[in-house]
Amino acid sequence: MDPTELERFERTLLPHMSAAYNLARWLTRSDQDAEDVVQEAYVRAVRFFGGFRGGNSKAWFLTIVRNTGYSWLERSRGEELTTAFDANLHDVEDAGPGPELELLRRATRQELFAALESLPVEFREALVLRELEGLSYKEIADVSGLPIGTVMSRLARARQRLRQILTDRGSKED
Amino acid sequence: MACPKTKDLIEAYGDGELDLGSSLEIERHLAGCEACAAVLERHRALRSALAGASLHYDVPPRLAARVRSAVRKEAKGRATGWLPSWRWAAVAASVAPLAILTWALVALSKTPSPGDLLNQEIVSAHLRSLMGNHLMDFPSSDQHTVKPAFAGRIDFSPDVRGLSGVGFTLIGGRLDYLDGRPVAALVYGRRKHVINLFIWPSAGGEGARGVETSLRGYNLLRWSRAGMLYSAVSDLNAPELRELRKAFEE
Ligand SMILES: [Zn+2]
Repeated sequence: MDPTELERFERTLLPHMSAAYNLARWLTRSDQDAEDVVQEAYVRAVRFFGGFRGGNSKAWFLTIVRNTGYSWLERSRGEELTTAFDANLHDVEDAGPGPELELLRRATRQELFAALESLPVEFREALVLRELEGLSYKEIADVSGLPIGTVMSRLARARQRLRQILTDRGSKED
Repeated sequence: MACPKTKDLIEAYGDGELDLGSSLEIERHLAGCEACAAVLERHRALRSALAGASLHYDVPPRLAARVRSAVRKEAKGRATGWLPSWRWAAVAASVAPLAILTWALVALSKTPSPGDLLNQEIVSAHLRSLMGNHLMDFPSSDQHTVKPAFAGRIDFSPDVRGLSGVGFTLIGGRLDYLDGRPVAALVYGRRKHVINLFIWPSAGGEGARGVETSLRGYNLLRWSRAGMLYSAVSDLNAPELRELRKAFEE
């Protein structure tokens, strides 16, 4: 990579470090691992940068971060990925709207944090990309390599789970 | 409970993802349906709770410097690894041959080739598909169903074949990501073995023989044909994997 290309690389991708770290941190749930994933993703991005033809650099780079994070999870603790996606088996009926709404509004940062952290990795990823990084359905589809319809249903399920966890916890406390 | 027909669209509406026509339709419905209005309210309550809770992790101060130095090192490594041939000639003319040879051997042993990196990526993609329960976006044993499913999702049209005649059962298709781009993945089954066949447009090509290797216990074949790259990966033995390639080349 020559100096002008390196300059273009840094100008294009270094501004996405905050989004990259946030995604990697939520995927790996560890400070140290997230740093390693971000560094590895940037190194991989150097290799692939020649193939990047402009456009949405944030989505392009988050795709690499996401795939690096998944490879990392698979290398270091394959069990997480094998047990994660049991959404089809545990479909729950929504609780009634009245008390649930109150519980959602009263949820503390710690409760939200713990609930999001306890979700299976695919759900966590979808919600982090949508609610924390503000990506559109289309961008999430690009990053996670899924059809938009799948993104939509995955988000819906992720939110349903999150609400369930928050309201279960809330009603136990009452 | 909300109406089954509109329920799925209400969250998309709340996310601002619907086109104008559908938005207006949902709004009309919401005005007259308490159950759906409650679903929207709940959706908004969760979103605002998440937005208000500052769940964003901040970059540790030392990371930026660490990344910058890793990037520069990698960029420099790639500059030497990818010397254009005229520069090799210039270097060869100016330095003693033995030194060159030593240097080249050291460089080769340290830096994995682009092909090695791609092989690693392919095996990782295969494992990910098995472990993450993300084997298929569109399950189907019918190539006439799988092929159109790729349309509009990727910028090329992969050759999809039903190969049950030669003992490979098409199970479905999936989008994946390899070599810096979205690729089509066809999933075949043979006995208990799952085979991922990745297809994407070729930039260079593999040569007529292709690449055959094994990595982390998986057999891997890569070949190119008619402007496309193919890569089959599986725990299936290599001779049978070659049969898949042969069937695809007929
Ligand atoms: Zn309704």
